[in-house]
Amino acid sequence: MHMADALISPTVGGIMWAATAGLIAHCSRKISTNLEGSRVPLMGVLGAFIFAAQMINFTIPATGSSGHLGGGAILAILLGPHAAFLTIASVLTIQSLFFADGGILALGCNIFNLGFWPCFVAYPFIYKAITGHSPSRGRIVTGAMLASIAGLQLGAFSVVLETVASGISELPFETFVMIMQPIHLAIGLVEGLVTAAVVTFVWKARPEILAMAQGLGVRTAPSFRGVVTGLALAALVTGGALSWFASAHPDGLEWSMAKVSGKEELEAPADGIHAMLAGIQEKTALLPDYAFKAAEHESAQAEGEAPAAWPAVDAGTSTSGILGGAMTMLLAGALGLFLKKRQHRA
Amino acid sequence: MSHHIVEVQDLRFAYPDGNEALSGLSFRIHHGESVAIVGANGAGKSTLLLHLNGCLVPKQGTVRIGDFPLTEKTLPDVRRTVGMVFQDPDDQLFMPTVYDDVAFGPLNLGLPFDEVDARVRAALATVGGEHLAKRPPYRLSGGEKRAVAIATVLSMSPNILVLDEPTSNLDPRARRNLITLLHGFEHTKIIATHDLDMVMDLCGRTIVMHRGHILADGPTRDIFADDRLLDEGHLERPLSLR
Amino acid sequence: MPKIDTSLFEIGTLDRLAAGDTDIHALDPRAKLVTTLAFILTVVSFGRYEVASLVPLLAFPLVLAILGRVPGPYLLRKLLIASPFAVMVGMFNPFLDQTVLLNVSGLNVTGGWVSFAAILLRFALSVTAALVLIATTGFAQVCMALTRLGTPRIFATQLLFLYRYIFVLTEEGLRMSRARDLRSFGRRGTGLRIYGFMLGQLLLRTMDRAGRIHRAMLCRGFDGEVRLNRRLRWRREDVLFVCGWLGFFALARVFNLPQELGQMLLKVIA
Repeated sequence: MHMADALISPTVGGIMWAATAGLIAHCSRKISTNLEGSRVPLMGVLGAFIFAAQMINFTIPATGSSGHLGGGAILAILLGPHAAFLTIASVLTIQSLFFADGGILALGCNIFNLGFWPCFVAYPFIYKAITGHSPSRGRIVTGAMLASIAGLQLGAFSVVLETVASGISELPFETFVMIMQPIHLAIGLVEGLVTAAVVTFVWKARPEILAMAQGLGVRTAPSFRGVVTGLALAALVTGGALSWFASAHPDGLEWSMAKVSGKEELEAPADGIHAMLAGIQEKTALLPDYAFKAAEHESAQAEGEAPAAWPAVDAGTSTSGILGGAMTMLLAGALGLFLKKRQHRA
Repeated sequence: MSHHIVEVQDLRFAYPDGNEALSGLSFRIHHGESVAIVGANGAGKSTLLLHLNGCLVPKQGTVRIGDFPLTEKTLPDVRRTVGMVFQDPDDQLFMPTVYDDVAFGPLNLGLPFDEVDARVRAALATVGGEHLAKRPPYRLSGGEKRAVAIATVLSMSPNILVLDEPTSNLDPRARRNLITLLHGFEHTKIIATHDLDMVMDLCGRTIVMHRGHILADGPTRDIFADDRLLDEGHLERPLSLR
Repeated sequence: MPKIDTSLFEIGTLDRLAAGDTDIHALDPRAKLVTTLAFILTVVSFGRYEVASLVPLLAFPLVLAILGRVPGPYLLRKLLIASPFAVMVGMFNPFLDQTVLLNVSGLNVTGGWVSFAAILLRFALSVTAALVLIATTGFAQVCMALTRLGTPRIFATQLLFLYRYIFVLTEEGLRMSRARDLRSFGRRGTGLRIYGFMLGQLLLRTMDRAGRIHRAMLCRGFDGEVRLNRRLRWRREDVLFVCGWLGFFALARVFNLPQELGQMLLKVIA
C-alpha cells in the first residue's frame, strides 16, 4: 500500500512529511541518547533483512497464491518502537528511490502509515500488552497476529484518508474504504501468521534475543504521556487535513480517491489483481447515484462548455494548447539532440 | 622493541551458554614474529583472536599487548596497535565505497582530512588496490575484498596484524597474491588458518590448538613433521611436505 | 516490487551510472537534492486537469538525464515497470468523471480522461526525476546531502548500512530459497511452517552478522558516529543550477507556456 506522488496533493504530502520528519527526529534522539549508536548496524542489517525476506515467499494455504513478509510488526518486536520506526523509514526510502515504489512526496505518508501504527500503537498496546513479561507460545502468536492486523488496518485507513484529502483520483470514499479494509484484513492475517512463525522460531532458538528486545522495549517504550502526545498529534494532523479538505470540497460527492493496492504484500499476481479490479468495477457500477449525476453533467455540458470552477476551456484556447504542447515537445526534442551533439564533441 | 610483544597468560573464556572455549592458554609472541594458529573447527582459534584486541573479555587470565595489560582503559591504544582482519570481508567492509572504508579507522582516530587521505592512498597502494577506491564493496572480487579488508586495517598503522582465515574462499591466483603481500609485511603477524601450505610459506612458528588447549607450540617444520601430533589436532601434512 | 534478483540488478545499474563523471555528477549533491524536491513539489501542485502546462517540466529530467548520460531506454523501462500502479488507480477516473471538458473535432474529451492523462504525466515526471537524481548522484552522496540538510545522523548512517547489506542478505536469502525449491518438488515444503523456519534462520544469521559488523567497527575505533572523509564544496555552478531551475519551475508554474507559445504561433499564422 505504497502511495505514489501522482495521487497526492502537496498539502497532504507536506503535512505528512512534517509529521514523519518530527517522528524521525524524535526516534533518532531517543536512540542516540539511549544506545550510543551500538544498534545502528543492527538496524541497518535488519532493514536489509526485510528486503531479503521479501524474496522468499510461501504458499498461502488453500488459495494457491503466495505471500511474503511486510515487516513492520517484526521489526517493532525485535528492535523496540524507536529503532523499528527508523528502520521502516529507511526501507521505504530505498524502495521509493530505487524501485519507484511509492513516491518521494508520498514518502511522508508511506512512512507514517506503515511505521507509526505498528511501532507506536500496535506494538506497545497490543503485542506487549498480550505477551507481557512472561511470553508463551500462545501469547506470542496471538500478540503478533493481532498487532499485525491492527497495524495494517490503521495503515490502510490512513491511506484512504490521505488519498481522499488529496482529491486527485475519483474513487468515492465509501467504495475505497470497502475495498481497502477487507484486502488489508487478508494481508494482515498473512503478515500476522508469518510474524508469529518467525518470532516463535527466534523465541525457541534464542530466547535471549527477544528478552533483550523486550527489555529495550521497556526502557524505550513510549511513556503514557508520549503516547497521548503522539495520538493528539496524529489527530491534529488528520483533523487539519480533513478540515482543509472539507473546506476545499464542500460537496461530499466530490470526495475522490485513488489507490487500491496490496500488490506489495499479497502477491496473488494476475488473478488477484484482476479479481480485485472486477470487484471494483462491479462496485462502481452499483453506485447509480454517482453515475446518474455524472450523466446529467454530461448532458448539461454537451455543448462543450465547462463549469466555471474548472479551467476555462474553449475551442480557441484548446487548439492553441494542443499546438503549443506539440511545439514544446519538438523544442524539448531539439534541445535533447543539441545537448547530445555537444556532448559528443566534448 | 618490547612494546610489540603479545603475551597471553592462563587465558580462560566461556560463552554465555556455558561452553568453555578457551581453557587456560599461555604463550608469548615477539616483535616481528609470524605465528600460525592451527587446529580443527571449534578448537577455539577465532575465540582466541577476539581476545587479542579486546572484542571479548577473558573470564580469567591476562592478555598483554606490549607494555600494557589489556583493560578497559588501554583498549583504544591496543586497538590501534593490533589490526584485526576478520574472516568474512563482508563484515569488515561496511561503508559505501572502498575509500570510505579504508578511511573509517583513521577518521575515528581524529586525524585531519589530508593525513587521512594520505593514509588511505598509501594503504590502498600497499595492497595494490588504488584503482578500487571509488568502488562499492559489493563490486569487488573475493581477492579484491580480502586485499581491501587488509588495507582498512593498514591505514591505522598497526604494529601487529591478526588475520582470521585470510585465504579462505580465494582462487589459487588470488591466494598466491595474498601470500606474497603478507610476506612483504614487517608487522608481527598472527594468522589463524586451515591452509597449512600457506603456513609453510609464511610462518616460522605454529601453535596447534585443540579443544581450547594448546597442543603444541614450536617451529612450523618440526610440528608438520610430527604425524601423531597432526593427527591428534585433526590436521594433516601439507602437500609440500609429502 | 519486481522479482528481487532483477531488483538487485537494477540497483547495481543505478550504482554504476552514479559512478560517472559528467558535469551533472560533479554538482553538489545538496543542489541536486533540493532542486529535485522542488521539482516534484512543482509537479504535484498543478491542478488535476492541467496536462499541457505540465509538458515544459519534462525539460528537467530530460536535460539532467542527457547531460548526466543516463540512458533513456533504461529510464523508460524503469518507468514502465513502476507504472501499473498509477495506471490502475488512474484508470477509474475516466469511468467516474464523465464531464466533458473539451471537444476536439466532434470527439468529446471528458474530465476523467484529462485527469487520467495528468496523473500519468505527473507520475512519469516525478519518477524519472527521482531516478535521475540517484543515477547522477549515488546513494551515499544523497545520504550525505541529507545529513548536511539536517537529517539526524543516526538515520542517515543506518540508511547507508541498509543499502550496503541489501546485497549481502538478498544473496543469502536467494541461496536459501533456491535450496528449498530444489528439494520441495512442487507445493510441499513451500508452506508457512517451513517458511517460518527459513526466515527465522535467516534472521538469526542476520543478527549474528550485525554482531560481527559491530565488532569490526569497534576494532577500528567506532564511537557511535560514522564519518566520511569528503568535503562538499558549494560552487558557483551549484548556485546557478539551483537558481536557474527554480526560476524555470516558477515560470512554468505561473504561465501556461505551451498555451502562450501556441497563441503566439496562431497569431503569426493569422
